[in-house]
Amino acid sequence: MTATLALLIFDVLMLLTLLGLAVATLSSRDPRRAAILFIAFGLWLSLVWARLGAPDVALAEAAIGAGLGGALILSAARRARASSQAKARAPTPPERTPPV
Amino acid sequence: MRNSLEPKPQRSAALLVVVLLILLAGLLQWVYFTHAATAPGAGLTALAQAELPRSGVTNPVTAVLLNYRALDTLLELSVLLTAMLGIWSLGPATPGYQQAGAVFAGLAAWVVPLLILSGGYLLWIGAKAPGGAFQAGALLAAAGVIQRLGGDPRASLPNESAQRWLAIAGIGIFALVGLATLVAGRGFLDYPLAWAGWLILLIETFATLTIATLLTAAYVGGQPPPSQTTATPGMHRMQAPDRKA
Repeated sequence: MTATLALLIFDVLMLLTLLGLAVATLSSRDPRRAAILFIAFGLWLSLVWARLGAPDVALAEAAIGAGLGGALILSAARRARASSQAKARAPTPPERTPPV
Repeated sequence: MRNSLEPKPQRSAALLVVVLLILLAGLLQWVYFTHAATAPGAGLTALAQAELPRSGVTNPVTAVLLNYRALDTLLELSVLLTAMLGIWSLGPATPGYQQAGAVFAGLAAWVVPLLILSGGYLLWIGAKAPGGAFQAGALLAAAGVIQRLGGDPRASLPNESAQRWLAIAGIGIFALVGLATLVAGRGFLDYPLAWAGWLILLIETFATLTIATLLTAAYVGGQPPPSQTTATPGMHRMQAPDRKA
């Protein structure tokens, strides 16, 4: 009885943390911060998959969703910041902006 | 240090997105519960478990991915290849990061062999336990990402023509095995029982190489830089690419 209650509390905490991370990711206005929160979200989601008894999905989520997806999003955020800074430095007409 | 990508979105647009998301969630719930009402029970689980001895592997997930629904996996690899073609069409990659310092280089010297070893382990164990080509490929690609962060502009990938061959190797072997089963008078990717395990391992090995190449190339983010520019110490990060493609 207490074991099931403890597991229920554990599951509710897992889900609330997952939803909190999702909201924090979506409502973050700094791309880099959002990317890092997305990685945290992916790692937490892989824990939830493992708790659901799906270790294959948990492995794929941690390796691809959180790891490589996070790395890709981080580098995209870095590139977006570099290009927006370049744009801010040179307020001349937008003919020289790189088509990235 | 505010660097939001876009101007503040319209309040009504944000509300519309929320409403659409709630509608989508409701639709998914409706599909799930109507499906659960019309088809109670475990669905295809019993059938998949019953056919497992004839699939060549003992891990049911690998059996689904590489045997029952092998065509889906073949198409997934094609989707990855299409994504990389799109990324390469963006032009040459940025030069990369500056050379790693002693600490990061030492970390990479330990972590990269460990990642390669873990990738091989996941590939092999996928036949009977959680693991498989996608996870193994992702670990190899993580090794490539670390090499790129450590200053290798090509992330340890070979030259461009070899990358092209690696990028299609998994899909090519997959399709060749399918054609061979067709020629042998069976269905497309319908393996003979005696060879099923080895054919799956063959396909997964090349699929791992292809997935690792595609994911690493996606992280490099453009056509690979030519080989003579490898790792000159004066390479600056975030330097705009000034050479023409």
